[in-house]
Amino acid sequence: MSQFDTDTRGEDPSIEAGPNSPNFDGLAESIQKGLFSDAKNSILTLLFGSALAYTIYKSFFFLFANQKVTPDGDVVSAWRVIDLNLTSFMVGSQFGDTGIGFPMLWAAIFLAVFTLGFASGPADPEKVPPMTKRTKISIIGPAALGLLVLLGLADTWTPRLLGILIPVIGAAGFYLPRVLPESVLNRKMAILTVLGLGVFLLETGFEPGNVSRFGGLMLTINAAFISIVACFPIGVMMALARRSSFPLIRPIAVAYIELIRGVPLISLLFMGQFALSFFFPPDFEPIPDVIRAIIMMTLFSAAYVAEIVRGGLQSVAGGQTEAGQAVGLSPITITRRIVLPQALRNSIPALVGQFIALLKDTTLLIIIGLRDLLGISQPILAGPQFQNQGYAPEVYAFVAFMFWIITFSMSRASQRLETKLGVGTR
Amino acid sequence: MSMTAPIPELRTQEKPPLWRDVRILRWVGQLAVVAVVVGIAAYLYGNLSTNIANSGLQTGFTWLDGKFGSAVPGLDDAADFTVTRAFWAGYTNTVRVILFGIPGCTIIGILIGVARLSDNLAVRAFGTFYVEMFRNIPALVWIILTHQAIALSMLPPISGADRVPNSGDEAEYFGAFVFSNGSGIGLPWFNPDASMLVFLASIVVALLAAFGVAQWRGSVNARTGEPARGGTYGLGAFLLVLLIGNFAAGNAFALEGAGLAESGLRIEGGMTVQIPYFSLTIALTLYTASHVAEVVRGAILAIHKGQTEAANAIALTTFQRYRYIILPQAFRIMIPPLANQYLNITKNSSLAVAVGYIEIAAVFSRVSNNAAPATSVILILMLLYLSFSLSISLVANYFNRRLSLETR
Repeated sequence: MSQFDTDTRGEDPSIEAGPNSPNFDGLAESIQKGLFSDAKNSILTLLFGSALAYTIYKSFFFLFANQKVTPDGDVVSAWRVIDLNLTSFMVGSQFGDTGIGFPMLWAAIFLAVFTLGFASGPADPEKVPPMTKRTKISIIGPAALGLLVLLGLADTWTPRLLGILIPVIGAAGFYLPRVLPESVLNRKMAILTVLGLGVFLLETGFEPGNVSRFGGLMLTINAAFISIVACFPIGVMMALARRSSFPLIRPIAVAYIELIRGVPLISLLFMGQFALSFFFPPDFEPIPDVIRAIIMMTLFSAAYVAEIVRGGLQSVAGGQTEAGQAVGLSPITITRRIVLPQALRNSIPALVGQFIALLKDTTLLIIIGLRDLLGISQPILAGPQFQNQGYAPEVYAFVAFMFWIITFSMSRASQRLETKLGVGTR
Repeated sequence: MSMTAPIPELRTQEKPPLWRDVRILRWVGQLAVVAVVVGIAAYLYGNLSTNIANSGLQTGFTWLDGKFGSAVPGLDDAADFTVTRAFWAGYTNTVRVILFGIPGCTIIGILIGVARLSDNLAVRAFGTFYVEMFRNIPALVWIILTHQAIALSMLPPISGADRVPNSGDEAEYFGAFVFSNGSGIGLPWFNPDASMLVFLASIVVALLAAFGVAQWRGSVNARTGEPARGGTYGLGAFLLVLLIGNFAAGNAFALEGAGLAESGLRIEGGMTVQIPYFSLTIALTLYTASHVAEVVRGAILAIHKGQTEAANAIALTTFQRYRYIILPQAFRIMIPPLANQYLNITKNSSLAVAVGYIEIAAVFSRVSNNAAPATSVILILMLLYLSFSLSISLVANYFNRRLSLETR
């Protein structure tokens, strides 16, 4: 099995765009060449073109001319099911009792966007290869589309106005590293940690236990983010242990990684639900469902991160270690200062892929009864206003759209990250 | 005034002190880590046994002989079978998903992967649309969407009181009956009076015959140089043997259509596809196909461009180029990531819990609900999934060895 070990769960998001990317000089010529160069080509064009056209035609009606009749006989837009439940989709239905005010939540969103921008902003733009127009569109386009749809669905002016601020604050974070002095930028990790903690404290209303009341998109993003941050150190330790020459420690890491990778996440979540409490002392306070699920997702993800980092460690040439030994560094220093930084740089794209996979995996929380973005749609569909009236296509289409926006932007951003880091190039 | 300065002793034979001897430090460090791990494990195990003793749960594997307690479609004597039988039913149900899913996602994945590299703009757009659509939306969303928004809402619902709105009768598509209120989709199936065993045996014999004939044609080609046409001859042999087998089994090909039972609530005859199985398998296959398509595309792009140019130089058609030049080489690169996708589809089949299809994970969740000891349940679950991953790895490794490039 060893040869599959370095594969990550998703696949490499790095594959370049096709060799035949459309060239827009001489549009007519390229249409003729690309679509109708000979009889066979024309038939293919008609076949696949009509399939695409039919999909677009159907989607158009589904999106813009989708009406339903209520039991009272009123004709309403089918999309009102999203409109009326937008708050539930975003923050879940238990948000009212948490004591977190919406101002605090908006502050958390702004800080999060700022942090994201700050994390991706280059200190020295000269050193970074410029983005192609295509990359820019594919990263920013979906995000902008999602924001527009959400703002359009919002009922009042406050969320609309605040929503417009989101890209502004993100851009501010993005351009900030260019003006900060080097001494501050050297502490970028520390700054990001502080900012991240700030986001977490704000959104939980300075009461971390409130995580168990999260729902909707907020739960999805938090569960994924907390698990990936928490699993990272475990994963790196496991990878180092598995690559080490310690005959007593290596089997522990191998057993952990292979056992976890051998079973589906869902069974681990069931474990967390039914068995995790058995491992705590009898008088231990019961842990909320959400926290247990996050613990299991962390343990699950750590095994995959370990395999990714192990791949990164393998890609560091042996000469690096030897060079470290030659200048008399201790094994710990060699790992910390020479091998690990290079290994982590090489694994970042795969780690982002793992993060995307984990974000998609948060949907599994529905199976243990939590209300994440997918899970919240069930109580909404079962609500008295919408029950048995065939709103399922609209609700699930909206959920799918939200996931698509997030994962598509992220996968394009990770391709960009790869170019930026120069992975695979020298 | 001595000219010779004292020469320092360069090679000391003394050993370093114990606390600086790397060999000893290594073992001490490892033993310390092991001690910590064992300590934590012992602590957790202690908690576990105290808690189990307090809660009065049973231990060991005796629960396997207990009653499962809920119905499993396909096992008739509802609620009256043991957990062992339920696990076995779940296991076969998982196998049914894989048996359809793996070939399905491979075929669709290869087609879409090749389509993404087509010269034709429309074909390429279609491929890109498919991949970006399916890959970026979680598998579970696809499964639930297919189940709730397509299978349960768009297939015509049929029941005794409420049949298809316009006809007042069952809906018939391609001779198949479509039902969505829990009973499933009725499809025509082989003649139930024919002997299935004989028919299956004849399929195996037919496959062997086709393989043998293809081999023979290959040797004829090698000896005389006349075209082998292994595929045509093999297909002929296959059909011939199958026809004989069909009549030996009592005309299995006289298909029996599905229809409504008297009550109007159940499907009789033919084969009934359970709606959860339908939703799960279709959604999972299409979802995994998008990942397979990316694997295929990556593998094809990794083939040296000269191969394509060489194929064009000897005037092969696009089909021939893919069939004889590109895909055989791409398969070599594809096998490990492809096996990874097969493992993913196997593990993702556990998402069936969300649509109520009873497979391993669903049995597992019910058994855990019935207060069986979680540790031994998860042990069995791991063993069952391990059997899948080991067999997939074995097959993949076999092909990997066979196809790997022989280098000096």
